[in-house]
Amino acid sequence: MITSIVQFASKLIRGNDVALPLTDMHKFNGGVHPAGHKEDSTTRPIGKLAIPEKLILPLRQHVGHIPKIKVQVGDYVLKGQMLAEAEGNVSAAIHAPTSGTVIAIGKEVIPHPSGLPDMCITLKPDGKDTWGALQPLDWRNTAKRELVASLRLSGIVGLGGATFPTHIKIGADGKSHIHTLVINAAECEPYITCDDMLMRERADEIVKGMEIVQHLLGAETCIVGIEDNKPEATVAMRDACKTLTNVSVKVVPTLYPSGDARHLIHLLLGTEIPHNQRSTDVGIQVFNVATVLAIYRYFSFGEPAISRIVTITGNVASPQNFEVLFGTPLPSLIAAAGGAKTYTTHFIMGGPMMGFDLPTSEVSITKAANCIIAASPNLFPPPPPAMPCIRCARCADACPVSLQPQELYWFAKSDNFEKARDYNLFDCIECGCCTYVCPSNIPLVQYYRYAKSEIIAADMAKEAADLARERNDFRLARIEREKLERAQKHADRAASAKAVDKKTEVAKPETSSSEIENPATSSSADDAKKAAIVAAIERAKAQKLVATNVADSPTEKTVAAETATTPENEAIALKAKQDKQVLIAAAIERAKAQKLAAAQAGVAPKNIENVSVAVQAEINETDAIREKAKQMIAAKEADETL
Amino acid sequence: MNRSPYITDAPTVSIIMLKVLLALVPGIFAYAWIYGGGIIITIILATVTALLAEAAMLKLRQRPVKPHLMDLSAVVTAWLLALALPPLAPWWLVVVGTLFAIVIAKQLYGGLGYNPFNPAMIGYAVLLISFPIIMTKWPAPLMLAETKLGFLDQLQYIFGHILPAGVQVDAVTSATPLDYLKTQRMLNHEVSSITQAPIFGVLGAKGGEIVTGAYLLGGLYLVQQRIISWHLPTAFLAALTAMSLIFYAVNPAHYANPLFHLMSGASLLCAFFIITDPISGPTTPRGKLYFAAAAGVLTYLIRTYGGYPDGVAFAVLIMNMFVPLLDAHTQPRVFGHKQ
Repeated sequence: MITSIVQFASKLIRGNDVALPLTDMHKFNGGVHPAGHKEDSTTRPIGKLAIPEKLILPLRQHVGHIPKIKVQVGDYVLKGQMLAEAEGNVSAAIHAPTSGTVIAIGKEVIPHPSGLPDMCITLKPDGKDTWGALQPLDWRNTAKRELVASLRLSGIVGLGGATFPTHIKIGADGKSHIHTLVINAAECEPYITCDDMLMRERADEIVKGMEIVQHLLGAETCIVGIEDNKPEATVAMRDACKTLTNVSVKVVPTLYPSGDARHLIHLLLGTEIPHNQRSTDVGIQVFNVATVLAIYRYFSFGEPAISRIVTITGNVASPQNFEVLFGTPLPSLIAAAGGAKTYTTHFIMGGPMMGFDLPTSEVSITKAANCIIAASPNLFPPPPPAMPCIRCARCADACPVSLQPQELYWFAKSDNFEKARDYNLFDCIECGCCTYVCPSNIPLVQYYRYAKSEIIAADMAKEAADLARERNDFRLARIEREKLERAQKHADRAASAKAVDKKTEVAKPETSSSEIENPATSSSADDAKKAAIVAAIERAKAQKLVATNVADSPTEKTVAAETATTPENEAIALKAKQDKQVLIAAAIERAKAQKLAAAQAGVAPKNIENVSVAVQAEINETDAIREKAKQMIAAKEADETL
Repeated sequence: MNRSPYITDAPTVSIIMLKVLLALVPGIFAYAWIYGGGIIITIILATVTALLAEAAMLKLRQRPVKPHLMDLSAVVTAWLLALALPPLAPWWLVVVGTLFAIVIAKQLYGGLGYNPFNPAMIGYAVLLISFPIIMTKWPAPLMLAETKLGFLDQLQYIFGHILPAGVQVDAVTSATPLDYLKTQRMLNHEVSSITQAPIFGVLGAKGGEIVTGAYLLGGLYLVQQRIISWHLPTAFLAALTAMSLIFYAVNPAHYANPLFHLMSGASLLCAFFIITDPISGPTTPRGKLYFAAAAGVLTYLIRTYGGYPDGVAFAVLIMNMFVPLLDAHTQPRVFGHKQ
């Protein structure tokens, strides 16, 4: 009570919400203090798990493209041998965690919220654990380009949970200079202790990894950020980097979500990364402790990413951290922790603030699995039914991004997605602080996830629709262009045919075709009609001729063939030739008539006098689009010819 | 499925409302001590009416009755209205005001969380406009009354409008200091002479200042419990002080001093219990400051120039209308965004 009066008085005096300063940290808004439950799993050292019966390695263990499988069922592989190689830039390789035989390549359930099966390589260990050829690199005396290229083969991804391929984070040079390397050792989520234990036991290796990363990035300084609930780890890290200059270990207050990269940077350096930029844009790169250790192991011993530290805690007999080979089935890990206690309902991967329910316990440990929590109704009671929002704004007070969760909730609930976007929905980091403090038990984060996915889906649909429209416009323009081209071709052919006509002086069709000789002057629909009639007459004539020819053809043809040399036959042949010319002429006339009709159709095809204004507007709009498309094509063609 | 976070740590709505009720208890005791036990009757009457009305409306609106009755929000509304009414208000006045607050101002707008106006203040304003005489006739504090009414006498008066034999209404009622100040000022009397009247105490109204002090105590408890944010009471009281200080500095003979304004009428009840209603108030820190400060200024202006002795209810209701505007234009800077 007294302290709160003091605080109230200080608030009155200072005019804003000030906490008594713990350190010289740069505070961010909100945050929450959930019970840590970290001591559950820190009493025992990191254990080593025996090689399990089989290893199921999902191809999708990282952010980016699925790697390309390089082995076949039946292949014998050595420990550390590449099973799948990175495909494209944003991808990571998969290696054999131990020696053995590939027994299956197919779909298995993977540890993902969707619970859907995905491609996995199943390995049957031979128990010998034989390493393949290892190629350590002297990182101090190797070109950076080579080191980054080599790292692409390592399969190392961000082990804090984000699983972003490490070679990209290190290779992101050229754009902007990285001056500071931040090592994220905050581990702010409750229950998770894998980084804590790693620092306590292997601080030397972590610091060596930091040196390598600092060298690769060309960063002048390196700062390790650890929450003040890990004093042992802090001491170990401080001891390990005592001899190094430009490396400092800073303790940040225990305040979830201080482990969020942007928030940790703000705590340590006071730098607020602009929402539309990355930390690298302001010269800061963040790595997790376990990741830098993996980098050290890779360069110094040639060991690719084949295992990680996993916390197994919650409703298990003896919570502990284990070094686990990737692909290890979860039941092996649970058994190592003494088995799940009664009332265990399911397992959670990650922490209780941002983790997710595993679809089944029959999944394998992947690069993203930092923690597995056995859940029970006692540990995580089902939330009571949600009450209406009373606008108490506790969520806004807790939001580390200073959003207005209560407003976003209304917008998401009423499908008012545009408004949600305006209120910076996409700055939400889904940390769960708002739900954590909500007196009405509203699952706020789930509303935001829903709104985000709806907006993304709508954006994608819009993009697809835009593309389809563009394509359709293009298609219409192409049809129009082809029509014109065809007409042009016909006209050219007609012109050349007329020249032939004049030469051979076939009189008959000339009189009738004279009317349509000058299509330029005849532009009315009347003329088109006349032309069509003329063409029809010509057609009829030609058909008649053909018919008569066909009527006496059986004899004629053979006679003509047999007696081609006789004058009589010559006359017949001539007649046939003339008939043929008549046919050609008729065809030309037909084409001319068609062309004329087409040309007129192009000029004035629509009876727009009798349509409504709306339809007329639509026609005009379509015409405008077509015209634009035509121009575009013309411009493009012009470009191409240049 | 991703349904994290799995853990929560929040008082439920019921707990929040319960703490508000708890914070009102010292004020109620002081009230009963100064004005007699009648307030207890009024509170019980209002509470029962509110719960029955709420239950009936929930039933009609086909909403779950039990969880919403258990959230205690109707009880808070009832208590606040009861404390705002004159201590010897007839029973039907209490019932009508509570019904209006719960049925129309709250449930017809969608129930808990959806009412744009403070329900208790809507109930109060409706009664004040409809029955101005009854609503401005306050009993004298027991220490000043010529005839002291006992608990049973008050009970009889509330339900039957019957006073003990030989007692006149004027013997038990008196003008409130705010009312008296207003009427006397209109007669161009000096404030210093007006406040010589027996109804004035050291700081505000005689006796009333004790109740006000008890409200302050409860309010500080709510701030300490983080049920209400400090922004609202601070800005409200600061604005009221500033306004009265300006006027007092200009003409102390004509305007009451700031302390009087702080300790009279419903100033502190409003600062800690009425403008702090989260549902009808703004949510952003800056919005809260503007909202409360404007309510403070309006309260002073209505007290000094308006037609009613106290301006709290109207000031709050007017400011409720500005809440969407305030919320929209006082969004805090988002992390990583420029101002």
